[in-house]
Amino acid sequence: MTTLTTQTGTSTTTAAPARLYGLVAEFENPAQIVAAAEKIRDKGYRYWDCHTPFPVHGLDKAMGVQRTILPVLVFVAGAAGCTTGLGLQLFTNSFNFTIWALVWVTGYPFLISGKPALSIPAFVPVMFELTILFSALSCVGLMFLMNGLPKLHNPLFTCDRFRRASDDRFFISIEARDPRFYRSKTEADLKSCGAAAVEAVVED
Amino acid sequence: MSTIHAHEIDNTGDVPGKRAPLVLGHTDFHQVTNTICRPNEMRKPPMAWYIMFGISMMLVMNLGFVVHYLIFTGVGVWGLNNPVMWAFDITNFVFWVGIGHAGTLISAILFLFRQKWRTGINRFAEAMTIFAVICAGLFPGIHVGRVWLAYWLFPIPNQMDMWPQFRSPLLWDVFAVSTYFTVSLLFWYVGLVPDLATMRDRAKGKVQQMAYGLFSLGWRGSNRHWHRYERAYLLLAALSTPLVLSVHSVVSFDFATSQLPGWHTTIFPPYFVAGAIFSGFAMVVTLAVPARELFGLKNLITLRHLDNMNKVILVTGCMVGYAYGMEFFIAWYSGALYEKFAFMNRAFGQYSWAYWIMVSCNVITPQLFWFKKVRTSIPLMFILSLFVNVGMWFERFVIIVTSLANDFLPSSWDRFVPTWVDIGTMLGAFGLFGVLFLLFCRFLPMIAISEVKGVMPQADPHWEGWHQSHGAGSNAAAAHSANGEHS
Repeated sequence: MTTLTTQTGTSTTTAAPARLYGLVAEFENPAQIVAAAEKIRDKGYRYWDCHTPFPVHGLDKAMGVQRTILPVLVFVAGAAGCTTGLGLQLFTNSFNFTIWALVWVTGYPFLISGKPALSIPAFVPVMFELTILFSALSCVGLMFLMNGLPKLHNPLFTCDRFRRASDDRFFISIEARDPRFYRSKTEADLKSCGAAAVEAVVED
Repeated sequence: MSTIHAHEIDNTGDVPGKRAPLVLGHTDFHQVTNTICRPNEMRKPPMAWYIMFGISMMLVMNLGFVVHYLIFTGVGVWGLNNPVMWAFDITNFVFWVGIGHAGTLISAILFLFRQKWRTGINRFAEAMTIFAVICAGLFPGIHVGRVWLAYWLFPIPNQMDMWPQFRSPLLWDVFAVSTYFTVSLLFWYVGLVPDLATMRDRAKGKVQQMAYGLFSLGWRGSNRHWHRYERAYLLLAALSTPLVLSVHSVVSFDFATSQLPGWHTTIFPPYFVAGAIFSGFAMVVTLAVPARELFGLKNLITLRHLDNMNKVILVTGCMVGYAYGMEFFIAWYSGALYEKFAFMNRAFGQYSWAYWIMVSCNVITPQLFWFKKVRTSIPLMFILSLFVNVGMWFERFVIIVTSLANDFLPSSWDRFVPTWVDIGTMLGAFGLFGVLFLLFCRFLPMIAISEVKGVMPQADPHWEGWHQSHGAGSNAAAAHSANGEHS
């Protein structure tokens, strides 16, 4: 085990005492973080997270992350795209009625190359493309939204050590708002998991 | 930097029961980050970058000029005439859309098939896709003639109270290509976000930190985020797979649903898709070979990656060759007089030179890739990939121009000769592609950092090196054992 270095709080003396955001523990490799995540999960923490430079296999299970419902939402969006495609083409090319879509617009039943007004097979490609378009846009949009991104600032970014979370180190952060968070006890918990270093992060 | 060079380890062969390494010479994650970020972080790019950028920029200026000349004068400045109303413009459009197919194939289809070698090349193949689709979009855009009315392509209420005609494959094309562009861009950007966060965390200057920080959206590698991210990535791959197959199918419908001999064939959709993948992979090889030399990425884009790509070129080249043969067979077997004439005319008519360039570049030269010596020879694969690029450009030219120039009535036959504006626009598109690609190489990580780390043996929590020893010694042990695996 490497030396356990613990920096207690930040040394900057400001007028108001800085509020503690949480503790960050550094681990050296994927094996250590998976083992540590299992222990932290079993201790019953709720507001905690692992930070890794790439998705580590088995970490979801070790942390007890629940499966996301994103695919269900994307399916709904895809169905909406398909319906939109069909509706758009039927309205513009098959029928002759007027609706209000920001302005008053009227459909026009084109009769082209002997095809019937309701020529569904000819409408399939655009329905398909809109299904994909709606699904993909909602997939990416909802993924970031559910992750709470974009959120350009996070107290973790004030920690210099944490920069390596996007490079070659693995971190566990436990937030101070967690009901089981006690500064000294949590620090001991993290150390007992084999953290190479534990550091306090303050809100700014 | 790594001390082990690519040539010391041959990872192009497969030993049964053992996996050949995809990352050479890098023993820890930090080295991978350093190698990939180096081209973005060096003070000045190599001289070759400046030379290429200068040439490309001149071509872009020329593009600006010819496009303005076209818009202010009219499409008559192109060599189009009465039977040949599509020529260089649509040839270039189909060519560039085709190039764009390799990126999504690598990122989506190879992802679904769990082909881990894709991680070395997917980022810049996706970038190439986006830039190629930008070049492709240029041509129909300026071909409409009155570009200020280009919004008639979209279902927007207009002054004529008319709607686009949704039973036309040309309109399907508008939807297919714009959807393809949007989805490719999303795919690329989603993959970039964690890497932009890496760039942000390493940035020395304030400007870089702000720019990379803004576009990385505050990514902090949270595993709860990774969980949704991986799901979203898988979904995007699953959505892009039918999309990539549909786009060139829809492009081929532009031709196949018409009545023209030489165009009116059911083989077109699969034939176009195979051709698109063929040309796209050739373009990836054309770009990857100089990029890995110039920016020191040989240990990440290894000979194994290039070997695999050349195998894909060989397979799709055979499919394209089969399609050429089958077209001829059906033309004869159908007994349709005009169809028979159209194909004889292709091979022996006024454009026979173009046809034989196409056949020799697309069917004959890729056959050399049967030999492993050729597949793993850098100069040979570069030359062959250029041949394929040329051949695929001519394929589209042959399909479009020969079919139009000699249609049903001999009295309406004519000959298409490109004007200087045609040629200027074609070269200009290459310049635009070059400028975008070179800027990408300079400012964005060319290889997916987080994905490459994920396929290293060290990324696995059960990797033996992590359990042999603990603590400070673990990195050294890891290094030792990673090297041991290669031998």
